[in-house]
Amino acid sequence: MPDPTDTTQRAATIAVLVENEAGILARVVGLFSGRGYNIESLTVAPVDEARRLSRITIVTSGTDMVIEQIKAQLDRLVPVHQVSDLTLEGPHLSRELMLIKVVGRGEQRLEALRLADAFRARVVDATTESFVFEITGAGDKLDAFAALMRPLGLREVVRTGVAAIARGPHGLRT
Amino acid sequence: MSAPPQTAGTRTMTGAEIVLQALKDNGVEVIFGYPGGAVLPLYDALFQQNAIRHILVRHEQAAVHAAEGYARSTGRVGVVLVTSGPGATNAVTGLVDALMDSIPVICLTGQVPTHLIGNDAFQEADTTGITRPATKHNYLVKDINRLAETVHEAFYVAKSGRPGPVVIDLPKDILIGKGPYAEAPSAPHRSYRPQTEPDPQAIREAVRLLKRAKRPVIYTGGGVINSGPEASRLLTEFVRLTGMPCTNTLMGLGAFPASDPHFLGMLGMHGTYEANLAMHGCDVMLAVGARFDDRVTGRLNAFSPGSRKIHADIDPSSINKNVKVDVAIVGDAGRVLAALLECWRQDEAPQDRAALAAWWRQIDEWRARQCLRYEQVGKIIKPQHAVRRLFEITRETGRDTFITTEVGQHQMWAAQYFGFERPNRWMTSGGLGTMGYGLPAAMGVQIAHPEALVIDIAGEASILMNIQEMSTLAQYRLPVKVFILNNEYMGMVRQWQELLHGGRYSESYSAALPDFVKLAESFHGVGLRAETADDLDRVIREMIAVDRPVIADIVVDQKENCFPMIPSGAAHNEMILGVGQEGSVAGVTDEGKVLV
Ligand SMILES: Cc1ncc(C[n+]2csc(CCOP(=O)(O)OP(=O)(O)O)c2C)c(N)n1
Ligand SMILES: [Mg+2]
Repeated sequence: MPDPTDTTQRAATIAVLVENEAGILARVVGLFSGRGYNIESLTVAPVDEARRLSRITIVTSGTDMVIEQIKAQLDRLVPVHQVSDLTLEGPHLSRELMLIKVVGRGEQRLEALRLADAFRARVVDATTESFVFEITGAGDKLDAFAALMRPLGLREVVRTGVAAIARGPHGLRT
Repeated sequence: MSAPPQTAGTRTMTGAEIVLQALKDNGVEVIFGYPGGAVLPLYDALFQQNAIRHILVRHEQAAVHAAEGYARSTGRVGVVLVTSGPGATNAVTGLVDALMDSIPVICLTGQVPTHLIGNDAFQEADTTGITRPATKHNYLVKDINRLAETVHEAFYVAKSGRPGPVVIDLPKDILIGKGPYAEAPSAPHRSYRPQTEPDPQAIREAVRLLKRAKRPVIYTGGGVINSGPEASRLLTEFVRLTGMPCTNTLMGLGAFPASDPHFLGMLGMHGTYEANLAMHGCDVMLAVGARFDDRVTGRLNAFSPGSRKIHADIDPSSINKNVKVDVAIVGDAGRVLAALLECWRQDEAPQDRAALAAWWRQIDEWRARQCLRYEQVGKIIKPQHAVRRLFEITRETGRDTFITTEVGQHQMWAAQYFGFERPNRWMTSGGLGTMGYGLPAAMGVQIAHPEALVIDIAGEASILMNIQEMSTLAQYRLPVKVFILNNEYMGMVRQWQELLHGGRYSESYSAALPDFVKLAESFHGVGLRAETADDLDRVIREMIAVDRPVIADIVVDQKENCFPMIPSGAAHNEMILGVGQEGSVAGVTDEGKVLV
């Protein structure tokens, strides 16, 4: 039972299965802005075209009471099928994809390539003066890689936000 | 105009006809609306049928409040029809009002044709965008093949679970186009299936706590009304069976008979001394269909500090939102009360009747303070007295009486001094506190109950916010009575300024008021005025006797304040009782002043 006097903040990764319909993202985002909840990351994509389902992954933070509220508020949205608190419900995997462009020549360029290899980032585009690396992983790994690329000619970064799933056999009904 | 009976199953119709057929199939007999370009096809279809009656309001906000009054007094879904752009934006206040008070309303809004959406076309507004946080759910229909199912779904969504307003935005090409009519599906909704049956384990746990309670209190809200009259009956049975004290929120009045000795009156900011102190001092609290809102709890960290709390609500997000509870029961209020009754009867454990008797002695001491006492001396009418006499005289007539209110002191006096014996007789804007609610709401009530006595207890400031509806009353010969407690002030604002802002009455005087008697007459109604206490009963009786719209201008004491009062940010046991009584606002902190 959440304790209202407890002000400790925790992070929560919440998976939401929703109807894939116009306005659903606006509903979810509006709920967060309207009620003053944090959104650290939010991703959405259709996961079952035939049954018109999309899955949203939200990374948020708050006290236990606030996170319970967030889940209850999400669950009462009419097009929401299921809400799952991955953080609370056991071990889960969180992955994010980053594309990162590094521009440079000579030794810098080689150093970027060596580090990319160490991080298992793939080269998905190359010119004589640039690379685009693709890297997947947990957020802190992506942060670390981007920090290393900064002095080596980092030009731009794009990240997808977090996709997360529970470990083990159980999951949201899809 | 009875057409030969057809199976509506596979008929092809225009979008406008589909909408009307779906309304009919969902039992709609009346809609409140206002025409405009985008909804002309619907008005054309309305013209050519007789099953659905259209009530032409004078402002779209009023259409929604009328639908709310209709819904709350009947338990049915209220239906609104407005045009695109300004029609839709005018309706927004009503929608938020219905959202806050959980009233089932469907609002059909016109929209520019689909190919023009997003072009800043004439009278285009992003209605679904604007109303997303103003509704329980909304739809923009872009495919006529889904029109019928959307209307059916809207009814399901509006009335199931925690009820609320639903908007269906209808582009004009969809209304004109042709498509198939589909009957309401029998399959359950894909994603929205609120839990109505309580968990038996939680019910047992609740009964276990209640049986052992020494100082129990039952606190119920609008959820009991929304569940239907059976829930009120079960509540009454449960309270009488257990012998526990019962208090209602503003939205919950009428769920338990006010005349029953177990009733402590309303609780909260302007609740009774005994209700608030019972909440403060109880050891077990049973909350049913109420949401622990700030008007009820006062300062949260001082709210009922020593109690175990049981909270039953159909909306899981209401539980543990403001106040941490010990037993959470998700379910419909009526189902919960039925389960509690059954479990209570089967449970062998004895109830601590001796402790309960001691608790009642304590409550009776609090009652002896007579926190609602007022003195009607001299000629100046006390507003409390006006409401009390209105209550007594209407009761003498034996007529089924429905009360709506505007917002302000008069609303609180109505809640305090008018006793409600039955549910669905009391319509007020609780959550949003919308001045201008009462007159159109009364209109909706009178449409639903043509024979009943329908009275809007109003303030002179609030009534001007939807006064144009007097014209609607005249057109449809709705004998609604507007009972204005005219204190020439926005009294509730004035009261806060007196108590919290050093008596600086900034912009709260109701200057340049109309002559309400003449105003009533110019709207084809009857105008009455009571200026002294001697006039009061005569005016009330005359108002009731006239079978026409009436404005009764009751000139009341300008300086009267509404007590008891728990100032914002204060606790239940820090109540101010009134002139010459204990308590003051001296202790209101800056933190408290921030609160509304
Ligand atoms: C639409 C709207 N605007 C402003 C308010 C703030 N407000 C609450 S009560 C009140 C004064 C109401 O005055 P009146 O109708 O004369 O009622 P009284 O308090 O005098 O009984 C005001 C301005 C409100 N509740 N609703
Ligand atoms: Mg006034």
